Order: sequence, then structure tokens, then C-alpha cells
Amino acid sequence: MLEIKNLHVSVGGREILKGLTLSVKAGEVAAIMGPNGTGKSTLSYVIAGREGYDVTEGEVKLNGENILGLEPSERVAKGVFLAFQYPVEIPGVATMTFLKAALNACRRARGEAELQTPEFIKRVNEAAAALGVPQDMLKRPVNSGFSGGEKKRMEILQMALLQPKLAILDETDSGLDIDALRVVSEGVNALRAPDRSFVVITHYQRLLDYIKPDTVHVMAKGCIQRTGGPELALELEERGYQEYVAEEAV
Amino acid sequence: MIKLASEAEGAFASFFEEMQDKGAPKLRAAAWAAFADRGLPNRRIESWHYTDLKAALSKPAPLAKASHASPALPRAHDSLRLVTLDGVFRPDLSDLARLPEGVVAQSLRDALEEGAAEVMTALASADLGVDDAVVALNAALMQDGVVLRFAPGAKIERAIELATFASAEAAQSSYTRSLVILGAGAHATLIETVASLSKAPAQDNHAMAVRLGAGASLDLVTVFSGDAPESIRLLSLLAHLEGDAALNSFALIEGEGLARRQLFARLDGENAKAAFNGATLGRGRLHADTTLVVDHAKPHGESRECFRTILDQQSVGVFQGKIIVRPGAQKTDGSMQSKALLLSENATMNNKPELEIFADDVQCGHGATCGRIDKNQLFYLCARGVPRREAEALLIEGFANEAVETLDNDELRAFLSERVGAWLSRRIAG
Repeated sequence: MLEIKNLHVSVGGREILKGLTLSVKAGEVAAIMGPNGTGKSTLSYVIAGREGYDVTEGEVKLNGENILGLEPSERVAKGVFLAFQYPVEIPGVATMTFLKAALNACRRARGEAELQTPEFIKRVNEAAAALGVPQDMLKRPVNSGFSGGEKKRMEILQMALLQPKLAILDETDSGLDIDALRVVSEGVNALRAPDRSFVVITHYQRLLDYIKPDTVHVMAKGCIQRTGGPELALELEERGYQEYVAEEAV
Repeated sequence: MIKLASEAEGAFASFFEEMQDKGAPKLRAAAWAAFADRGLPNRRIESWHYTDLKAALSKPAPLAKASHASPALPRAHDSLRLVTLDGVFRPDLSDLARLPEGVVAQSLRDALEEGAAEVMTALASADLGVDDAVVALNAALMQDGVVLRFAPGAKIERAIELATFASAEAAQSSYTRSLVILGAGAHATLIETVASLSKAPAQDNHAMAVRLGAGASLDLVTVFSGDAPESIRLLSLLAHLEGDAALNSFALIEGEGLARRQLFARLDGENAKAAFNGATLGRGRLHADTTLVVDHAKPHGESRECFRTILDQQSVGVFQGKIIVRPGAQKTDGSMQSKALLLSENATMNNKPELEIFADDVQCGHGATCGRIDKNQLFYLCARGVPRREAEALLIEGFANEAVETLDNDELRAFLSERVGAWLSRRIAG
């Protein structure tokens, strides 16, 4: 599904990713764990195609196709979805207008017919009910005045509507209380499928109690330092990231 | 003997000679004296610092001549319409006979001939805009317009449109003044449309004086457009509110050339409320100026201003907002906000908020910002599959909607959203 090879990325002339290699198979849930400032969010932005991130070397392939030259919206059409760590507030743009523009843009790009309003509303309502998103939230402007938990639910709702092939969850657990964490995780688990992969970025093992990963990768200093199974997350929880960071001093 | 310096001001003197005996001679003479005393404002006049009218109006076009043509007039909404064409009120193009009970309309010309005291007093509009040369020139040269009176207690649901069109194929100047009087407790919805049917560079100076009696309420939507690059369009609103009156206004400015909308409002009774909101959509070389003076004269008044200016290509925006709180106007609550979105490197915005507060127990705030499309918002939309141009359009529309959504009237809100959408479609089409 996702093949990243020797990825080097600079932001404002400073190298953040230093030869990162990562492979995620179809249907796999890969957790990326690591301390602050190691480039986890940079990785998610580079995959999604944000401006200002200069790829100086390496490649990112989705199902065999290099996606680095594509516009962000084209990547979404190919199946990339990034759930933001900090979803952006857009006052003035109604949530339903936004959801419809997003869904129909993807459908157009994927060669599917645009959804008419009744069918669109039906789908949103189904997804909203499953995630406990109240109607009142759908009537407000995009993410405006939402609590942290509400924003994250809305991210998962968008993911459910867009049906991606590769979903990247960037610290989806930050700012969530236990109840919200459970709801959001159930939303993600409901979308797990043999042809859909997840990259779950987190600091803490806690999220992985709810979203069980197949593989765990430790990221530090701009690279993947170690790869293992779910037991690696437990080990990190116990011993921290010290040994991965400390090497820098050597 | 009045001495005017420039050739332009000489042309205005000849217009005044033509108009001075066409009703309200005293009012006209006083207004002319006020204008002649000042002349056209240049950049040294503070309230005209960003719009050099003297330079722009160096060659006044001839005074509009009445047209007897009956051109097809665009109609975008289901309202009763009163039409002024090329400076003359046209009963034949208007829905006079369909006006509901409680509303009386007549031409300004007829009203001036009748000389009813109520009309003459209201036309002088107390001392609103008295220092402004454009308002003075309008009063001195007013050719025609509409006088619209709502009886006390009349609640008129159907919107009434005061439409002012220019249709001449050659440049001309037209001066209209309309008067809207709402009796105590009356309610009305007005749409003020100012547009051009031709590409001729009109030089227009239109004014509307509104007087809201105690407890009266008026929703007013202004659509100010005109597509000629050399046109000079001046539009003034003089609003006088008595106690408990409420004025809720929204103005959309678009088109080309120089457009200045001025608002002079006085909240002259306790608990009066006024909202002056608006959006400007600038392309080409539009120079769009919104200048307002809101004068809180009595206690417990409330004023709100929410303006959004969107500027593309070489367009220039000006927002000057002054809130005055007089010594006795305690418990005034004022809030003014002007935000501009620049879509091009060559667009310019000038924001100038001013507060003059002479009472000590008031709440007044203002905010002015100027920026580009937010990169975080743009990336967020693109990261949901929305192509860049479409994402930009959504954000621009959302920015304008922050002002459009201040309107309570669903139909008018939808009408304005459609206008914004049409502007965006033209932008995308290039």
C-alpha cells in the first residue's frame, strides 16, 4: 500500500526527515511512536502534500505510484486521508457545504457520479449517528467553536465519508478524554478493512489499547529507529524514548 | 459671489443654475453655499484622504437628461419596485399601484412642488453629513428621487426596491435623493439598487435619507454596482433614528471605477440600534470606499459594523469608520469590525477605524485586519480533496458570508449569496 524509501525532507532549509524508510501493507495498522520534535507530523504532511516541505531525496509510493508530484487534492482522490492533529477552523464556511464539496470533488476525481443532496445528507447523518456527532455541530461553520473532542470526531466523520485507502491519524488522541477516545477509536476500527491501511501517529500507548496496531515503529531523529509488533508499544510505555534519543549524545 | 477655482467646479455652478429653481430653493441654496465654500474634496481633507475626488472628477459629465426609453430592467428578486432612470422617477416602470396599504410613494419632484413641511424637514436631514461636499452637492443638484412614507404602525412584509439605473450611452451625471420615512412602530424591508445598464462612464451622486420614528424598524439591503471602468459612483445614506428604532443595513459593493458609499447615522433616541454591515467585491481597478460616521447622541444605543472587503487584481479598498459617543450617551454599546482579504499582490486596502468617545460608561471596540487567504485553511480543504481553485472560492465565499450572515431575512441572504457566487464564478472564469 505505502512504500516510503530513504525520504529526506527539509523545512526552511533545516533537514527534518533524514532517510526515513517505511512500508505499510494493505489492511495493516502501523503505529508510529516517538518523542516530540522527531518529524512525525512532518511525515504526515509530506504524505498529504503540504506546501513548504521540500523533499530533497527519496520517494513515497501509494500502490506503486509515486505521489510526491501530485497536488494534495489529487492525493486524496488516490485514497490518502490525513486526520489533522489540529483541525482547522473555517468560520463562514458551513460544515455541510464543506463536506459536500469534499465528497463530490473526490467522487468526480474517482470517476464516480456526484451525490445529490438527499443522498448526501443521508450519508452524513448515518456517519454522524455512528460517531455521536450531534446535528447541531453539522449546522455550524467548519470546526468553529468545536471542542477538541468534537473536532476529532469530525475528522473521523470525514474519513468515513471519503473512504480512503490510506488513513494517517496524526495524534488523534491528543486533547481527548477517555469517552471521546473510545468513540473516535470505535469509528476508526469500524473502517478497518483488508484494502485499507492506517498509519497511527501517537506519543502514548493509550490510543493503541483501543486501536490495536499490527506493527509499531519507533521514530526518532528523523528516521524509523526500530520496528516491532504491538509488544514494542508496551515496552516504550515502560522505558520511554530515552535510549533512542540518547544516541544523539554519543 | 461664490468663487470656484477649478473648471470642474465651474461646471457644477452651471448645474446649480439649472436646478436652483426646481423646488426647495432655500435648501438648495444653503447646500450650494456649503459646497462652494469647500469645493471638491482632495486628499488633504481627512475623510477623503484615500479617495481623491477632486482629481477623479476633473471633468464633470453633463447633467443627465430625462430618458423616455423603457429599457428592459434586470430583476433579481420578488419585490415591489420603484424606478428612477437617468435621474428621473418613472411611474410607468414602477409598481406604484401595487404598494400595500400603509405605504405612500411619490416622486421627489412632486414632493418638492407640494412642499409638505414633514418632507422638507426630513430632506434637510438635520445636520447629517453637513460637512461633506458630496452630500451638499447632492442636495443642491437633486433632480428627482422617491419619497416613501410608511404610516405609523404599518408592518410591511414584502420588500420594496428603490432602483436607480443609468442607461445613457454617453457619460452623464445624475443626482437623485430619496427620502424614506417610517412612522412610529412601522416596519419595512427595502432594497436599494444602484446599477448601470450601459457601459458609459456615469458620474452619479445618489443619496437616501431615512428617518425612523420611535420603535420603527427597517431592514435595508443596498446593491451598488456599475461596470464602467471610468465611472464615478457616489452613494450616501443619511439615517436618523429615534428611540427604540432599529436599522439593519447591508451593502454589497462591486463593479468597476470609483465607488464611494458614505453612511452618516445618528442614534437620536434611547435604545436605538443600528447595524451597518457590508461586503465589497473588488476586481480590475475598482476603487471601493466605505466611509461611515455613527453618532450616538442618546444613552443605551447599540451599533454594529461588520465589513468584509475582498480585493483581486489592482482593486483598492477603503474603510473609514468613525463612532462618536456624545457626552450624554452613557451605556452605548458599539462594535466595529473591518476585515480585508487580498487576492493579489497588486491589491490595496486602507483601514481607518476611529472612536471619539465623550461618555465614560460605554463599551466600544473596533478591529481591522488585512490578509491573504489563510494557508492552513486552504491546505485543510485541499487535504479533503477539494481542488485548489475551488478551495479558494469556498474560503472567499466563507469570508464574504461572515458579513452576509448578519442578515436575518432568508430570501435576501440567499439573493446576496448568489451575487457573491456569481462574482466568484467570473473570477474563476478569468
